[in-house]
Amino acid sequence: MPVLVFSESANGVFKKSNFEAVSYGARVAALLNTEAVVVDFEGLSDEVLKTLGDYGATKVYRVSNDLLKNFDAGLYAKVLNDVAQKLNCTTVVFSFNYSGKAIAPVLAAKMNAGFVAGAIDLPGMDGSSMKIRKNVFSGKAIALYAIHSQNKIIALTPNTVAPVKTENKCSIENLEVAINNTDNKVKVKEVVKASGKITLSDADVVVSAGRGLKGPENWGMVEEMATILGAATACSRPVADIHWRPHEEHVGQTGLTVRPNLYIALGISGAIQHLAGVNGSKVIVVVNKDPEAPFFKAADYGIVGDVFEVVPKLNEAFKKFKAGA
Amino acid sequence: MKFLVCISKAPDTTTKIAFIDNNTKFNNDKVVFIVNPYDEWYALVRALELKEKLGGSVTVINVGAADTDAIIRKALAIGADDAVRIDAEPVDAMFVAKQIAEYVKANPYDIVLCGKETIDYNGSEVGGMIAGLLDWGYVSLASSLELNGTVATLNREIAGGHETVEASIPFVLSAAKGMAEARIPNMRGIMAARTKPVAVVAASANENHTSILSYELPKEKTGVKLISPDNVGELISLLHNEAKVI
Ligand SMILES: Cc1cc2nc3c(=O)[nH]c(=O)nc-3n(C[C@H](O)[C@H](O)[C@H](O)COP(=O)(O)OP(=O)(O)OC[C@H]3O[C@@H](n4cnc5c(N)ncnc54)[C@H](O)[C@@H]3O)c2cc1C
Repeated sequence: MPVLVFSESANGVFKKSNFEAVSYGARVAALLNTEAVVVDFEGLSDEVLKTLGDYGATKVYRVSNDLLKNFDAGLYAKVLNDVAQKLNCTTVVFSFNYSGKAIAPVLAAKMNAGFVAGAIDLPGMDGSSMKIRKNVFSGKAIALYAIHSQNKIIALTPNTVAPVKTENKCSIENLEVAINNTDNKVKVKEVVKASGKITLSDADVVVSAGRGLKGPENWGMVEEMATILGAATACSRPVADIHWRPHEEHVGQTGLTVRPNLYIALGISGAIQHLAGVNGSKVIVVVNKDPEAPFFKAADYGIVGDVFEVVPKLNEAFKKFKAGA
Repeated sequence: MKFLVCISKAPDTTTKIAFIDNNTKFNNDKVVFIVNPYDEWYALVRALELKEKLGGSVTVINVGAADTDAIIRKALAIGADDAVRIDAEPVDAMFVAKQIAEYVKANPYDIVLCGKETIDYNGSEVGGMIAGLLDWGYVSLASSLELNGTVATLNREIAGGHETVEASIPFVLSAAKGMAEARIPNMRGIMAARTKPVAVVAASANENHTSILSYELPKEKTGVKLISPDNVGELISLLHNEAKVI
């Protein structure tokens, strides 16, 4: 009963979160004395798929069908359920990213599986139960979950369990799965991606700004810092609410949760709801003119100062550092 | 159009999270519970807007014990026509989804709306599970919803952007920011909510597949290192040499 991992690329290139999921799947498989197999719905080349072997997959099954060209969570879950049955898989691993969040719960219903959405470390075995930790209360706490059911699904929070390289070689096999037109219930009409921008949810560095920036016209220096550092930009909720920034940038308890290696907060007070979405970041830097700003309590490094003076200086220094690095 | 909006109770966002009974239970003493913001601000309000435009009805459904009455009344005050409470402790997402799916099988609706996640267990699960159980289409993280007859057009968030999708009723969605603007109930709404019907339905037998064994709080930061604004170079060197993040 191999562990099945759902794999996904961004235009034919695997992101770190995908390698994390494959590597996690392989390590879960080792705990269960079995192997990890991966399923690909994109019809990627052998060459690209073979790189998943470097993270512990022993086999990649390629399911090709025109209906899979567009994302439909229900359709993907149906096909994954068929694949899991064919291969006798009772454990399925996803990345807890946009696609994982969409497909995994539908599959959990179809497989009648216990599901841990957003695991943050490897499971421990307790008989046939699995014990896994996940963040709860929007990052304000961690819960230890047990999955009792035979079928199990785990979605791994990106940037929590680092992928481990192996010397594995994996083979690629085409797998036929019957798909009917009627299985495709949600039809994609248009895909809009901001080109060249780094995606907030899987950025290693995030530069975030709040109401302390005073107005949308002042975001030039924030974007400049992001460009220098190869970072994604984010913002506090009021900034998105008053339309200074697009709402996709809103992080916090009622926005996106991010866990980059470095989170730089400029002119953000650090309200509990904001912290909830960012306190999983490895290192937090805060620039705020108010030494009493609550964000300093959650920060690793801080500068008490005016963003309009400090940020241009920081940008110069980051630029120099990058030029020298 | 018949809308069913799933609402969950969640601790107010300012709640200090603490645990009791040897860290096995959430301490809900003095905690104020609210309607989960994604359910209220986006899913419920968008359903109400569409009902006002196109006609139909908006029902809210909650799986919970009698203590969820306050949040149900809040949803009714905002404008839902009626409510259903399935009388059971919501032990895990699959349990909740099965209760709601069974209710929908017996009482048909056109569109089931959930929030994109609850702010307590952050699973993003219930909507997708209901869709899977009913074999309906599922649109996750929807940031807009328009209806043209029985066909809906939605935007959904994806990595690095969004996409526009089409779904025919019946289907399930999970609502994200952008779908609507929060509404504050007025006095008339609050008065009317008192007399709106709340059907209490017995739960069906379903076992839970997961349980929570214990909780812990994340490690606290050890204290901030302050750097002078006149010496930003020091920050760069700390980030590079000490934190090793650039
Ligand atoms: C139910 C609920 C959910 C919420 N969810 C979220 C959420 O998901 N995300 C979120 O972010 N918020 C959320 N909030 C709002 C949150 O409570 C705060 O109001 C918000 O985070 C504050 O945003 P801010 O820090 O940008 O603005 P402010 O609180 O106005 O803070 C601005 C900060 O900038 C500093 N500043 C001002 N000028 C300068 C300058 N020139 N140089 C340097 N510093 C300067 C100030 O000292 C201050 O600390 C929520 C609130 C509620 C009630």
